[in-house]
Amino acid sequence: MTGPPAPSGSSAGAGLSPRQRRNISRGVQYAVFVVLAALVVSLADWAAIREHFLDMKVAENLFPEIFTIALKNTVIYTVSGYVLGFFLGLVVALMRLSSAAPNRWIALVYIEVFRGLPAVLVFILLGLAVPTAFPGIRFPFDEYGVVAIALGLVSAAYMAETIRAGLQAVPRGQMEAARSLGMSYSRAMITVVIPQALRIVIPPLTNELILLFKDSSLVFAIGVTSATSELTKFGQDIATEYADSTPLLLAGATYLLITIPLSIVVRRLEARQAKAR
Amino acid sequence: MAHAVEIRDLHKSFGALQVLKGIDFTVDPGQVVCVIGPSGSGKSTLLRCVNLLEEPTSGQVVVDGVELTHRDVDIDAARRRVGMVFQQFNLFPHMTALENVMIAQRRVLKRGRAEAERVAMENLEKVGVAAKRDAYPAQLSGGQQQRVAIARALAMSPALMLFDEPTSALDPELVGDVLTVMRKLAEEGMTMLVVTHEMAFARDVADRVVFMDGGVIVEDGPAEQVIGAPQHERTRSFLRRVLDPTHTDV
Repeated sequence: MTGPPAPSGSSAGAGLSPRQRRNISRGVQYAVFVVLAALVVSLADWAAIREHFLDMKVAENLFPEIFTIALKNTVIYTVSGYVLGFFLGLVVALMRLSSAAPNRWIALVYIEVFRGLPAVLVFILLGLAVPTAFPGIRFPFDEYGVVAIALGLVSAAYMAETIRAGLQAVPRGQMEAARSLGMSYSRAMITVVIPQALRIVIPPLTNELILLFKDSSLVFAIGVTSATSELTKFGQDIATEYADSTPLLLAGATYLLITIPLSIVVRRLEARQAKAR
Repeated sequence: MAHAVEIRDLHKSFGALQVLKGIDFTVDPGQVVCVIGPSGSGKSTLLRCVNLLEEPTSGQVVVDGVELTHRDVDIDAARRRVGMVFQQFNLFPHMTALENVMIAQRRVLKRGRAEAERVAMENLEKVGVAAKRDAYPAQLSGGQQQRVAIARALAMSPALMLFDEPTSALDPELVGDVLTVMRKLAEEGMTMLVVTHEMAFARDVADRVVFMDGGVIVEDGPAEQVIGAPQHERTRSFLRRVLDPTHTDV
């Protein structure tokens, strides 16, 4: 018989308990953060930063247009693109799960193409190439239409994959129970499967909304007027005008004003789902 | 009299795996037929073929005079006449008990809200869970869920009820409530086809017991005969194992 078993790992730590070693490792991490922060602070030219990033005189010129025009347009682009992307994504997801092979192929090609292309390229193609190729075609609502369709096409590919995963997460027995009650396939999908799938994918779909919010800045690729410019373009234009970066900083802060609350909502939804499970 | 269910030379394969190898049998109106047999014998697949949740590889399934395996048959319409109860209940989790029992009446039979609710409450009362009308499935015990599922099927006024191991997923103390409901249905003259491991239920309630093994029907006869005095060695050995789980065959 040997003595009582040693506490795990104590031999390597030279007499330190696991808790003590954890505290030391934490201390080292914090020290590294502090040193890095001090380095950044000491290397920065604070006078220049105040002049070029926090110039109140320049900032004054942004209000109220940064909200009444830029933020408003960003929200319009995002929401219209999202709504379009959601319904298109739902259709593509259903096609992806269809029993008809051509439907599945079309959906797969769609997803691969629009997930693979840079979003900015889709904007350019839609804004510049399509009008050239089809001279008769005019997008409804001008820039707004182009942006909504471009954002919708891109986000639909991502949302289709998310929604497909949600549809597949609904147990097969749900469809069987619905069919055994005499519902057709599409009736069962609409009343039984899709509502459950959407509940599952609400958190990832809200994440997609955040991504789209930022992607709306790609509008610059098709050229917008001052009336249709959104946050990034707006900040950039004024920054160029005054040769000062304060507008960019403010535009960035305005994005966070929207995205951080959305993130909190996503986290709440995820926590609620984790609890329900 | 026409049969409630008539199955002729039914075959079903999943890829290379032959699950049903030529099944012939009938159920008469008002009869209760229990299907027993070891797991993997094909009894659940047989039941699922009766309302075409599984498509037979070959053979015919005739329910209430309608040949479901015929190419031109409207399967959605045909399924309305066949209620099904699943092992895992399969209640719709996003609907209350009442909504579960109303939804197919509303969407399939196009009944009005008031009528659908009246029929739903009648059936929830019949299975003893009317008090839980506004509860969601997650708030119900397994036994209550299964009884709501039975009410949901009954609300469609089926000519035939299929039960696929309805008590196998239940805690032992909840099995009795569900069996009592099924017994009551049988007494009311409902035509029932029941896949089950509950030998006492089969012996007491079934008019006929069918023993399946290896994708074929080995024995088909009155309950007291198939369970009480089985003719085939395979039936005898199965019953020995089921009735006395500590017994092992050599």
